[in-house]
Amino acid sequence: MKIHEYQAKDVLKKFGVVVPRSVPCFSVDEAVKAAQSLGGKVWVVKAQIHAGGRGKGGGVKLAKSIDEVKTLSGQILGMQLVTHQTGPLGQKVRRLLIEEGADIKKELYVGMVVDRSTQRVTLMASSEGGMDIEEVAEKTPELIHKVFIDPGTGLKDAEADAVAAKIGIPAASIAQARVNLQALYKAFMETDCSLAEINPLILTGDGRVVALDAKVNFDDNALFRHPELVALRDLDEEDPAEIEASKFGLSYISLDGNIGCLVNGAGLAMATMDVIKLYGAEPANFLDVGGGADAQKVTEAFKIMLKNPGLKAILVNIFGGIMKCDTIAEGVITASRAVQLKVPLVVRMKGTNEDLGKKMLAESGLPIISANNMAEAAQKVVAAVKGAN
Amino acid sequence: MSILINKNTRVMTQGITGKTGQFHTRTCRDYANGKNCYVAGVNPKKAGEDFEGIPIFGSVKEAKQQTGATVSVIYVPPPGAAAAIDEAVEAGLDLVICITEGIPVRDMINTRYKMQGKSTILVGPNCPGVITPDEIKIGIMPGHIHKKGRIGVVSRSGTLTYEAVGQLMELGLGQSSCVGIGGDPVNGMKHIDVLKMFNDDPETDAVIMVGEIGGSDEEEAARWIKANMKKPVVGFIAGVTAPEGKRMGHAGAIISGGKGTAQEKLAVMEECGMKVTRNPAEMGKLLKSILK
Repeated sequence: MKIHEYQAKDVLKKFGVVVPRSVPCFSVDEAVKAAQSLGGKVWVVKAQIHAGGRGKGGGVKLAKSIDEVKTLSGQILGMQLVTHQTGPLGQKVRRLLIEEGADIKKELYVGMVVDRSTQRVTLMASSEGGMDIEEVAEKTPELIHKVFIDPGTGLKDAEADAVAAKIGIPAASIAQARVNLQALYKAFMETDCSLAEINPLILTGDGRVVALDAKVNFDDNALFRHPELVALRDLDEEDPAEIEASKFGLSYISLDGNIGCLVNGAGLAMATMDVIKLYGAEPANFLDVGGGADAQKVTEAFKIMLKNPGLKAILVNIFGGIMKCDTIAEGVITASRAVQLKVPLVVRMKGTNEDLGKKMLAESGLPIISANNMAEAAQKVVAAVKGAN
Repeated sequence: MSILINKNTRVMTQGITGKTGQFHTRTCRDYANGKNCYVAGVNPKKAGEDFEGIPIFGSVKEAKQQTGATVSVIYVPPPGAAAAIDEAVEAGLDLVICITEGIPVRDMINTRYKMQGKSTILVGPNCPGVITPDEIKIGIMPGHIHKKGRIGVVSRSGTLTYEAVGQLMELGLGQSSCVGIGGDPVNGMKHIDVLKMFNDDPETDAVIMVGEIGGSDEEEAARWIKANMKKPVVGFIAGVTAPEGKRMGHAGAIISGGKGTAQEKLAVMEECGMKVTRNPAEMGKLLKSILK
């Protein structure tokens, strides 16, 4: 689960990360009041959307007067912010963060993720903050320093200090950097993060170490023990189709193509998308129905796929193991009737009670195209789409 | 022979009284030698009772002492699943197969940390389990799609493993063992560990390795294969079409920072001399083509 910058800063602050003073706002009036209450001479008006790259997209601006706060807030609030992570349509800005200006001497990067090969949380730090860290990793990997944190001890003082020194924090500020790094690790573990990033972490003119931006993602599997974090979810930032799907236990992701896929199992679902592409078309979605493709689930899945105006055909690919093919056939028939399916439907079923399932589809009177294997299914669905053009 | 498990393996089920645990314990017991293999269940609240004749014990340790079971399969729900693994490791079992999907990553980091220096092997979590066809099945895979033979299968995904097995069967090729290592980022056995076992198994002639996007396990396995593997391995990677930053169902199946793409994995596998296919419908055919 993703959250906004202002929420991430709140979470990190609770664990001792130092952040600037700021106020989240939902209107221009609120933004002006926030700037007044913060005081000072410089404020930063920051668009709050989940995607990264907000600064480059024009969603982060410096204001040098209250009037400017008002003008900029008016411009940013409601804008369709396009960044490299939002896609070409961008994301509508519905929330702002008004933050006190900072005296930036150095911009650094620190982040934490789970490293799969060492099976530990990894601290990554770099002197090259403020920019695209993936580019730094690609072009100058020697500028990224890593610590694989021992779960038994946590981030040790010596480790934190050494990393801080490597990224250019002066001796007088090392203790402050240590506090921030150890607080970040504590927050990562205790709130079950999958990613926690501070970019930039800044050194101020007077030697303070402050998290100027924050990005935090949580492990979805751990949300059951963090109701307070679930409350931070902003549904406006998520794909409505994916939200709808999750209500029915379906794992769904929208893609750009025109062939809807309904598959059981994540690996087989990806493979089905791949085989569609291999035969010359593009999948409209990833959809894993999980262990039970009953009539209700298949119907809901069809409804969600059909909301996509670009959808030209549907491919159902099920390997029935525990789940029987006749049950799936019944689900597909019921769903097709329920939604009065107009687009071509190709069904490939394999496994338990395969013959019975196929017979049911054939005798349903519905124009369902049956396929015996994945390749044939993909060829048939691609042909159906090309024929429809 | 086979790897990890055979008809003489003795198994306990942790989470035997839940709906999933009951269902799969029943189907596993009914498969091949399962009647003799499934000897115990564990549930601290139901010690002394039984599940359809299988005695239930209060702890893994007790189940091991009383029945001689050295392997456990776990169906415990996510909040308690890592603790169930810990208990099995603590009791010194040889092998733990964790089926449970949805265990928090932090729990698995701590569990794997505690497993350092212990002899217990972990398969999973979030996996279909392990089967040695016509001898024993431990997990949720459909037993009847398999038959005994000389091909090893290792995979991160469930139904895609069944797909590979189904393709082998259409070509008349049985399996020595099939191992689902699971789709989570922090897990037990990795491709490389399973390949080492297949390499040493005199009854395995060749292996299908099914991978997916995310991480670098497949690349590491490919390099090991190049240096050490005496038997042919063919590969497929799911997720060529997966976009970056989107989690494809499995917690581990995500491309991040441009790393873990299917293209990258396939390229490394080919560089290491593996035969790979980009067509998931041709895994079986490719395997057959390289058999002498």
